[in-house]
Amino acid sequence: MNPEQNHSTNTGNRQAATSRQEVSQQQIQVEAKDLGERASYDPHYIRIRNYDFFYGATQVLFDINMDLPERQVTALIGPSGCGKSTLLRNLNRMNDLIDGIRHNGDVLIDGESIYHPQLEVISLRKRVGMVFQKSNPFPKSIYENVIYSLRVAGGRRKSQLDEAVERSLKRAALWDEVKDRLHESAFSLSGGQMQRLCIARAIANDPEIILMDEPCSALDPIATGKIEDLIHELKENYTIVIVTHNMQQAARVSDRTAFFYLGKLIEYGETQQIFMNPKNNQTEAYVSGRFG
Amino acid sequence: MKDKTETEQTAKATPKGEVFVWITGMGLAIGLLMIFALLWVVLKNGIVVFWPSSVAQIELREDRDSTFRGGTTAAGVILEEYDRDVRDLTEEQLESPDQRDRRQIRFFSGNRDAYGQAFAYLMLGDIAEKTYPPEIVRAERMEWGDAIFFPLRLELADGTQIDAEDPDFRKRLRELVDEVRDRRQVINRIERREIGRINLEMRSIEQDLRYLGGMEERTEAQEREWERLTHRLEELRGDFAPLEARAQELRATNRENRLHFRLVTGEERSHHLGEIVNFYYPNDMSLVAKVGLFFFHIWEFLSGYPREANTEGGIFPAIFGTFVMTLLMSVAVTPFGVLAAIYLREYARQGPMVRAVRIAINNLAGVPSIVFGVFGLGFFILFVGNWVDVLFYPRSVETNTPMFGTGGILWASLTLALMTVPVVIVATEEALAAVSRGVREGSLACGASKWQTIQNLVLPASLPGILTGLILAMARGAGEVAPLMLVGVVALAPNLPLDTVFPFFHLERKFMHLGFHIYDLGFQSPDSEAAQPMVFATTLVLILLVILLNLGAILIRNHIRKKYAASAF
Repeated sequence: MNPEQNHSTNTGNRQAATSRQEVSQQQIQVEAKDLGERASYDPHYIRIRNYDFFYGATQVLFDINMDLPERQVTALIGPSGCGKSTLLRNLNRMNDLIDGIRHNGDVLIDGESIYHPQLEVISLRKRVGMVFQKSNPFPKSIYENVIYSLRVAGGRRKSQLDEAVERSLKRAALWDEVKDRLHESAFSLSGGQMQRLCIARAIANDPEIILMDEPCSALDPIATGKIEDLIHELKENYTIVIVTHNMQQAARVSDRTAFFYLGKLIEYGETQQIFMNPKNNQTEAYVSGRFG
Repeated sequence: MKDKTETEQTAKATPKGEVFVWITGMGLAIGLLMIFALLWVVLKNGIVVFWPSSVAQIELREDRDSTFRGGTTAAGVILEEYDRDVRDLTEEQLESPDQRDRRQIRFFSGNRDAYGQAFAYLMLGDIAEKTYPPEIVRAERMEWGDAIFFPLRLELADGTQIDAEDPDFRKRLRELVDEVRDRRQVINRIERREIGRINLEMRSIEQDLRYLGGMEERTEAQEREWERLTHRLEELRGDFAPLEARAQELRATNRENRLHFRLVTGEERSHHLGEIVNFYYPNDMSLVAKVGLFFFHIWEFLSGYPREANTEGGIFPAIFGTFVMTLLMSVAVTPFGVLAAIYLREYARQGPMVRAVRIAINNLAGVPSIVFGVFGLGFFILFVGNWVDVLFYPRSVETNTPMFGTGGILWASLTLALMTVPVVIVATEEALAAVSRGVREGSLACGASKWQTIQNLVLPASLPGILTGLILAMARGAGEVAPLMLVGVVALAPNLPLDTVFPFFHLERKFMHLGFHIYDLGFQSPDSEAAQPMVFATTLVLILLVILLNLGAILIRNHIRKKYAASAF
């Protein structure tokens, strides 16, 4: 396949919103994908540096330092209230909605600070998609749900939107189930299908990172299995950060795992190592189910 | 066995706390009872007006001194029979063994021109007999209310006479009355539409001429305008004269035929047919004919224009005025209230300031409506209206004939919009707050801005709630009277706020309103007894109109709910 040609089709649906710099970034990624160079990823794609975070007077994250590699799945685990969801929601600045928040330190995505004053939070969220714990399809048709991010970015061309719907639903492994009823309400889907629809929606405008906040906690084992398979496929193209309470799930889907406790990063490493050979006692106690 | 007693005990134990079912149910029942009682009174008294009830001829007993207008025969529609207040009874009546001596009837005798009053009272015991003569006629007239009489003869324009016993009499009278009605419609069309349009233009030209005439010196252009306007006024007067003559001619034709009749008291009178609107033989009608006439009366009431200080005729201008005012109010209040609520709920930083604003808004709903009327008068009419006149209609200011600087349907609608805006704000805020956080976050995570999220997801999901607010606002606004009296409602408006004269919408015009109509009929009318049934009928129409408007909003709301089903997900 001609990389030049591929570049033009792939960036076509992003043109409206992405800056020139992002486009060239995308080009490099696309070429890398096409060449199948799985090995040549950036091990420091997301860098979290000396990160403290406060809700009002309460500090919920303490001096977090971690690097998340590109196109791998990083799982954040830990007992409830340990700050893992807060950290995840800070990666696309979803916590900005809450009054009285404050942070120290920095988060860099591909070398750029997400708190850079020149960076608009909207363009950050276009690069960092999110899937929520409770599936939240919009009260619209399946089709309109998937292309929502394109619509709000000003996408109007029918062919482009159709193409995005098909591509996203195929990637989310939902296409075969819904291709004949794209214009029915999204509420006609089952719980698992709804969650996959939300994943399709999150990847419709080709983000670089997908954040998943306990995406399977409300699903039955079969639907969970499908989502986990999907995560495996998605990491070919996307960097995935997932919060989960399910230890087995973390072990199954992630490449790297970070264990949080009381707002501190206790241990972070290869998933294999965290589960088989944890260095920290607390980690061991948690992953073996002795507390948490 | 033991098991059974246990289940029995639990079965008995459960209803203990359920006493609240009865208390809550009673609350609802009392509310419903009062509402239905109100509706029943309005419905019963309102419907009676339209039903062609039989007319009784009442013969009084010779041995009593009770009389009716100097005679012993009366005729009318018996309205009610009741025990007379003991304090009003004489010794004799009190001691009489006959129960009927203490009971009284109230009946509608009509013929207000002849009797002085249209209603009369008689003691039941004084009545010798009641008959229902088939030849008795009840006629609606242009003036003096209905007449009840025995027809004698028709005197036609060519001098021929048709006796009431003549088999052709009824048919002939019907034909003539129908012709009169047709002619009256033509007259109405001429006067309302054609002469009305000329009148309006003449008024505006006269105003301009007054303005130009009042100037010390006139420029050349103004001089030319003066010439042109004077010429146009002449032209209009030229157009006016033949129309006026045509109306007069039709009126004269209507006066040509006379109907002679005898009242039940024996007095003979006559009317030219131009005075008679409709007639019927109430005692000589089939049920089908009565039902037909009943619906015809309702139709006349709904579609007709009022006569005789509003106590007769229809209430169409009032229905139309109420309808247009309520719609204008809705159009004004919805965007206003929704925008305010969006800011309060979505953008404003929640804190003591916003809480104070919210409390202030809620309290606004408790301000007496007359205060809003005074505000409307001061702000909309005297301030805004005056400035509109100064800026756009300077001549109307010069000649002291304000356009917008006086009460009108626009200012009335805006005043009511202001009065009902708290309802819409509160309902919208509730609806916005009910939109789940998940949907909002999902949208923001897709890279949507806050406004895009509101526009695409939050507003559509809150539409049913917003419409609920609008329904409440309409119900309150449509029935309001007090503030309207200050900002443009009148008992009798010469023109509708919407007609065929450019620019079709005349928002500066004064208008009629059902609520004010009720007040005017019930409390301001010279013959409040005659107006009483009209009050009920008008109330009924107002209630129905509010129900109709609400039903429209409810249908839209249900449609939207279906469209965004399960949006509270």
